[in-house]
Amino acid sequence: MIELVRVCRDYEVGGRPVHALKDIDLSVPDGDYMSIMGPSGSGKSTLLNILGCLDRPTSGSYLFDGREVAGLTDDELSLTRQKRIGFVFQAYHLVPRLTALQNVELPMLFAGVERAERARRAAQALKVVGLSERADHTAEQLSGGERQRVAIARAVVMGPSVLLADEPTGNLDTAAGAEVLHLLEKMNAEGLTLLLVTHDPALGRRARHRLRLVDGVKSEEEKP
Amino acid sequence: MSVRDLLFFSAGALRGHRLRSALSLLGVAIGIASVVLLTSLGEGARDYVTGEFAALGSNLLIVVPGRTETTGLAPLVNVATHDLTLADCDAIVRRVHQVRRVAPLSFGGAPAAVGDRRRDISVAGTTASFQGVRHVHIGVGRYLPEGELERGAAVCVIGAKLQKELFAARNPLGEVVRLGDQRFRVIGVMAPRGVSIGMDLDEMVHVPVERALRLFNRSGLFRILIEVSSRDEILAAKQGVSDALKTRHGGHEDFTILTQDSVLSTFGRILDLLTAALVGIAAISLTVAGIGIMNVMLVSVSERTREIGLLKALGVRSRQVVGVFLVEAIILSASGGAVGLGFAFAATRVFTALYPSFPIQPPGWAVAVAAAVSISVGLLFGTLPARRAARLDPVAALVRR
Repeated sequence: MIELVRVCRDYEVGGRPVHALKDIDLSVPDGDYMSIMGPSGSGKSTLLNILGCLDRPTSGSYLFDGREVAGLTDDELSLTRQKRIGFVFQAYHLVPRLTALQNVELPMLFAGVERAERARRAAQALKVVGLSERADHTAEQLSGGERQRVAIARAVVMGPSVLLADEPTGNLDTAAGAEVLHLLEKMNAEGLTLLLVTHDPALGRRARHRLRLVDGVKSEEEKP
Repeated sequence: MSVRDLLFFSAGALRGHRLRSALSLLGVAIGIASVVLLTSLGEGARDYVTGEFAALGSNLLIVVPGRTETTGLAPLVNVATHDLTLADCDAIVRRVHQVRRVAPLSFGGAPAAVGDRRRDISVAGTTASFQGVRHVHIGVGRYLPEGELERGAAVCVIGAKLQKELFAARNPLGEVVRLGDQRFRVIGVMAPRGVSIGMDLDEMVHVPVERALRLFNRSGLFRILIEVSSRDEILAAKQGVSDALKTRHGGHEDFTILTQDSVLSTFGRILDLLTAALVGIAAISLTVAGIGIMNVMLVSVSERTREIGLLKALGVRSRQVVGVFLVEAIILSASGGAVGLGFAFAATRVFTALYPSFPIQPPGWAVAVAAAVSISVGLLFGTLPARRAARLDPVAALVRR
């Protein structure tokens, strides 16, 4: 359960304040499928970073599962990301020197999961995204669609409750994009909260819960 | 995260840029190798000098004519008002009970001839005691005979090399050597010994001291060597000798008494200074190597900005990011240290094979010091890049190209 109350995020650019987000109120129940749309510079990414605990609001309140995020230390934020939040990026962000399997193991490596357990869970996650045969290929030997599926396996391997996807199909052709989207929606159907940032209206319309930002302000919200 | 996992992850990152890693590793290897080699040389020199002094004889006091303020080394200018004489030797033997043996030494050069073979040689005039005091080993025959100081027989003991040059393969015992205008019968040949500090016994002829004084037309001695009964009595003996000689020299302390310890400690100070200078140079090369590692790590951090952003998004804590990069730097510097240590050991082997008379070997603590120093270099110079990595803002790091 995610709740934002009057969340603002200000930057300073060249000594002048920029209001990236203004008074955002938002409530995302568990298992929701929400799309965040808007033109570039509208504050989509800023909102996603705050939702993903990578950034803190300048003012306002962000409750993640009932806990106030603004009051957490850096280490507590890291722990929240590690256990509860999965990220999928437009540019995949796989570590190029590692194999698909090792990339999926990465979050468990730093979480202190044991080797055997790590390998078992990573293999299982790769099976879910249909890439068991590609486990020993390095990131550079995979196609774009395959890379994004590895990234999805990595995002869910720690068993998060929320998946944040930032233009996950932005670098993919239509077929690969559809496959990735299908995978994300299947995971949402199994109970994972899915937050999808996109500028593609066709994609955004697939979500039950739609949010539109313009100039850092909520301009439209459609709830089921 | 286990240490093993951390090492594996960091080592994997280093394999991503092998040449760069190898070069910065080489810098540390050279630094460590030079530290170990230079300290080995310093230690080798110290062992060599100590060994030479032990070979000189133990519990030794050396009386030198003339007064000098410097301790340890012999006076450069002889300002004695009284010579050291054979009578002084007698007085020391009679009055100082801590003394075991006294050997007077007169020293000079003289033309020597055997038949028609001629050459200039060094002549030492002394007594039978010299053999015990300076640990002289006899090859064949015998050393100078016991007898009264003032009456020496016309006999001589020659060095091993001199025997070869003057007599070739002939048996020298009983033969006659002419020194200046005097004739000496050879009664012994000293065993070969090589150069020892101060004099080359292999190229020297020993004759009774009284004969030598007459040969050089002198009454004063070059040195008086005194062997004290035990090490604990050296200071007491030194005082006793000083008192005995002062009484005889009209109350003037116109002589200097050197102990082996004082000479040795002077050498020790010189060697310490030398070692410190060498270690200073080595420290500079290690600093340069450390800066090399820092440079490589800074490049690595900026190349892997997006990876660092990703790690943070995955919930990796700042402390763990510091750990990843510190461990990388330490792997680099520690392997450099290991390579350098291996090279130093190999080099000392080669050196010892080439110069067997001056054996050097890395001191036992060199391994521990090399390990500690190379790891510290990695820690010290890896900290800045690692902290820079940990401080990266994940949002900015993820979008960086």
